[in-house]
Amino acid sequence: MELIGEGWTGEAAEGAPDVPVRREHLVVVGNGMAGCRAVEELLARDPLRYRVTIFGAEPHVNYNRIMLSPVLAGEKTFDEIVINGHDWYRDNRIELISSDPIVAIDREARIVASRSGRTLGYDKLLIATGSDPFIIPVPGKDLPGVISFRDMSDVDAMLAAAGKGGDAVVIGGGLLGLEAAHGLSLRGMKVTVIHLMPTLMERQLDEAAGWLLKSALEARGQTILTGADTAEILGTDAVEGVRLKDGTVIPASIVVMAVGIRPSTALARAAGLAVGRGIQVDDHMVTSDANVLAVGECVEHAGLVYGLVAPLWEMCRALADGLVDKHSGYRGSVTSTKLKVSGIDVFSAGDFSGGDGAEDIVLRDASRGVYKRLVVRNDRIVGAVLYGDTGDGSWYFDLLRKQEDVSQLREMLIFGQAFASGGGQADPKAAVAALSGDAEICGCNGVSKGQVVACIDKGACSLDAVRAGCKASASCGSCTGLVETLLAVTLGDAVQAGPKTMCKCTSFGHDDVRREIVAQGMRSIPEVMQMLHWSTPDGCSSCRPALNYYLLCALPGDYKDDQQSRFVNERMHANIQKDGTYSVVPRMWGGITSPRELRAIADVVEKFEAPMVKVTGGQRLDIFGIKKEDLPAVWADLNAAGMVSGHAYGKSLRTVKTCVGSEWCRFGTQDSTGLGVQIERMTWGSWMPHKFKIAVSGCPRNCAEATIKDFGVVCVDSGYELSVGGNGGIKVRATDFLCKVATEAEAMHYCAAFVQLYREEARYLERTAPWIERVGVDYIKARIADDAEGRDALAARFLFSQSFSQEDPWAERVADDARQHAHMAEFRPEGAMA
Amino acid sequence: MTADWLDIGWLEQIPVRGSRTVPVAGGEEIAVFRTGDNQVFALVNRCPHKGGPLSQGIVHGHSVACPLHNWNIALATGSAQGEDKGCTPVVPVKVSGGRVLICRASTLKAAA
Ligand code: SRM
Ligand SMILES: Cc1cc2nc3c(=O)[nH]c(=O)nc-3n(C[C@H](O)[C@H](O)[C@H](O)COP(=O)(O)OP(=O)(O)OC[C@H]3O[C@@H](n4cnc5c(N)ncnc54)[C@H](O)[C@@H]3O)c2cc1C
Ligand code: SF4
Ligand code: FES
Repeated sequence: MELIGEGWTGEAAEGAPDVPVRREHLVVVGNGMAGCRAVEELLARDPLRYRVTIFGAEPHVNYNRIMLSPVLAGEKTFDEIVINGHDWYRDNRIELISSDPIVAIDREARIVASRSGRTLGYDKLLIATGSDPFIIPVPGKDLPGVISFRDMSDVDAMLAAAGKGGDAVVIGGGLLGLEAAHGLSLRGMKVTVIHLMPTLMERQLDEAAGWLLKSALEARGQTILTGADTAEILGTDAVEGVRLKDGTVIPASIVVMAVGIRPSTALARAAGLAVGRGIQVDDHMVTSDANVLAVGECVEHAGLVYGLVAPLWEMCRALADGLVDKHSGYRGSVTSTKLKVSGIDVFSAGDFSGGDGAEDIVLRDASRGVYKRLVVRNDRIVGAVLYGDTGDGSWYFDLLRKQEDVSQLREMLIFGQAFASGGGQADPKAAVAALSGDAEICGCNGVSKGQVVACIDKGACSLDAVRAGCKASASCGSCTGLVETLLAVTLGDAVQAGPKTMCKCTSFGHDDVRREIVAQGMRSIPEVMQMLHWSTPDGCSSCRPALNYYLLCALPGDYKDDQQSRFVNERMHANIQKDGTYSVVPRMWGGITSPRELRAIADVVEKFEAPMVKVTGGQRLDIFGIKKEDLPAVWADLNAAGMVSGHAYGKSLRTVKTCVGSEWCRFGTQDSTGLGVQIERMTWGSWMPHKFKIAVSGCPRNCAEATIKDFGVVCVDSGYELSVGGNGGIKVRATDFLCKVATEAEAMHYCAAFVQLYREEARYLERTAPWIERVGVDYIKARIADDAEGRDALAARFLFSQSFSQEDPWAERVADDARQHAHMAEFRPEGAMA
Repeated sequence: MTADWLDIGWLEQIPVRGSRTVPVAGGEEIAVFRTGDNQVFALVNRCPHKGGPLSQGIVHGHSVACPLHNWNIALATGSAQGEDKGCTPVVPVKVSGGRVLICRASTLKAAA
């Protein structure tokens, strides 16, 4: 325990004869950032009005809590983060009673009691107890080695553990957790961060910035597990590891729990003060008792609680004004956040709740690792997220707080203050026109403005032509905007529109995106969007499904399908109908069925009162009118009879139609039914750019309509005629002949190779017919019929990818996420009001 | 739970960039959306075009693309974007302590 100025009672001091004899006594509970700041503000206004006593639970003088992170990281010492040392207390005649928390308040008698048994009367009481770390209630949470990150003693505990090296697990991928992880990692520990949410710091960052942050931390050797839920902390006498709900076990000699904080309100609550999420205060920081004030993280003002320091400063000003009867009033705070991890710049401010006419302005510069997003509403900035280049953070924050009209700056805003306030250059075209000839435009390929202009002068009048002519914008694409402006400046209206872009979110076309995904080894949708400079934060309903498919195709077995990037039918594994119900089509291999299957279908129709069951044009049965909530139960029943999804809803293999063939038909030349079943068994479950249909006919009479399918087989005496690129639909197209093969095995092999070529090269939502018209049937023949080695490789890649995709999606859904189909809650007005 | 707000569950129960539904007895179903940046919105689950269940659409930015004919509906206002015209009623929603709360009065109005 430490006492400063003990015995000083506030009676008239020497050399200060005009001090009143009886001064009001202000007792402060909490020697933290808000408590001491409040006293500082008070002293600045009237140093003589109150006699001040501060109780602190910690054994220290007032220090800067936010700098605990640099202390942990070894960038600062404790002495360097002290805000007010012993001399401050002494000079201002403040009594500090440390290591002795207040345990009770008697508001009636206006007395506080401390743990050591001390009691003290007050005229005004200020509660500034801050927050308590939230500890998730898992088994093992009380083991030695489970540490929170709140005060100096926590840092000491972490440093002691880090001295022994080994593994550390940090639970929580928010600001605090990541700073702890960074510090421990710099101290030589092998760190794993476990985060429940899909992206890091999700409260401050959007998905794109969260992804960049994750990549940067991984590059520094930390293991980041997102979407990971802690089940248990393992160990007998001390922490030994952490087990996740999915069964993964991570060894650890310490576990840092940094999942969040809760306002520390126990003391106030016990004293009968009004407490919501925090201690409730008015605009002058007065609680429900006029003699008790509260400030800092422990309070709730206008329904809000804060976890950052900036609001404290404003609260303390209002509080001190009130204490000297010059009431000003606190009006709530807008906050911004920075992550204090050296070398990684992250800034976030305001909220992104969009609303009426909210607009995103996004800038991505992959080569510099920069992502900036501004949310503008009614010509005012309402939110900002910056990653990699946070230099303009304070400028944006200022515009945001002052609610300044940014309509004049709109075009330039995202490029930052220097650029936007360039006065005469406030026109991007003028700015680009003003660049000198040797200014670099394309960093990847070292192309200057002069070279781009020369290329345009030589006749390149589209983005594509420039890319082909001088390579500018042909790699990462971050200079695409500049090149387009140069085209506009140089050619005016003569600019030709480039190839069709994927959608309005990008300047790249489908083929470019696919090529870059493979060339740069991209692994996730946010990564693609960042590397290729998407102009929206998370794409749109056109590009998300396409990217999801391209990644799935490029990384079989590795890529985790993004359900939220799938059209409803593929997400629900059924076809949505115009009334919002679904139709369900179980697979019927080659159109063959059995009494057991028919019975199961009949039972489902009755049990779920399906209004209709129909034979489809694809040789199977379609059950109509199933409610979303009933789908899992329907599937479970169909699964029980051995049936799987027919993917009648998917950009995927649909049906393989067959005719009866040689087994029964007097004209049949081969076993078309048998081959059809084998082909369906090989190809089902595969995701494709568009739907894909196959048919096998037993003879040239072609009862299975094989010549209007994506892949058709017509059996003849001497073998199998293969043809491709047909469809029915609005524009009927008959197939092109591919080649003839002698055996069933070859027919299967060619089929696999063709499907894979289509999967790898067609654009999303391009069926085989338009694809073949685009690339020419000769190209397909060259790749499939003429190139044996290439064919084998394609078929091998197809079979490899199939080894991951032939799980029945219905069974999977029934097993693990039927919740997706259930309602979140139900509301019955009468019942709820009773 | 206060009288003005209906507590419908944890935020975590709604997938990011996804939606969950809340049927209202005698009224219209409510769709509750969670966006990529973790904002929550609620609309009557009916597209202004031909009544498509918006809860089943693709959520992007602060919009949802209707699953039936791909109209884009702004989550904050319920209005169709671009060339399309029409509006779906908005239900005020808030998140408090990780719980999702929807406005009782609007829910009842949607039910009327
Ligand atoms: C159910 C079914 C009609 C039937 O009762 O027979 C059907 C129903 C639909 N077809 Fe079809 N097609 C069905 C066989 C066909 C056939 C016949 C065939 O496969 O031999 C064709 C012509 C062959 C072809 O695909 O080329 C066919 C050509 C189309 C087309 C035009 C495709 C094209 O490339 O031009 C569409 C539109 C589209 O996909 O964009 C379409 C789209 C649709 C959609 C998915 C419309 C939609 O987007 O909602 C219908 C879904 C109904 C549902 O919810 O279940 N359906 N559709 C058939 C299901 C087959 C199956 O068992 O899976
Ligand atoms: C590691 C770390 C990094 C941070 N980084 C940032 C950042 O970069 N930016 C930012 O804005 N914010 C940051 N913060 C948050 C910031 O530190 C807090 O917002 C701020 O400290 C809150 O001030 P306070 O006075 O309300 O609480 P505190 O500073 O916690 O002070 C409360 C004090 O009261 C004491 N106390 C509690 N109960 C009693 C009792 N009954 N009797 C006596 N004493 C008691 C506590 O021991 C504590 O010393 C960080 C926090 C941590 C832990
Ligand atoms: S023909 Fe038209 S109406 Fe009939 S199922 Fe196909 S898409 Fe629907
Ligand atoms: S019903 Fe929603 S777009 Fe048609």
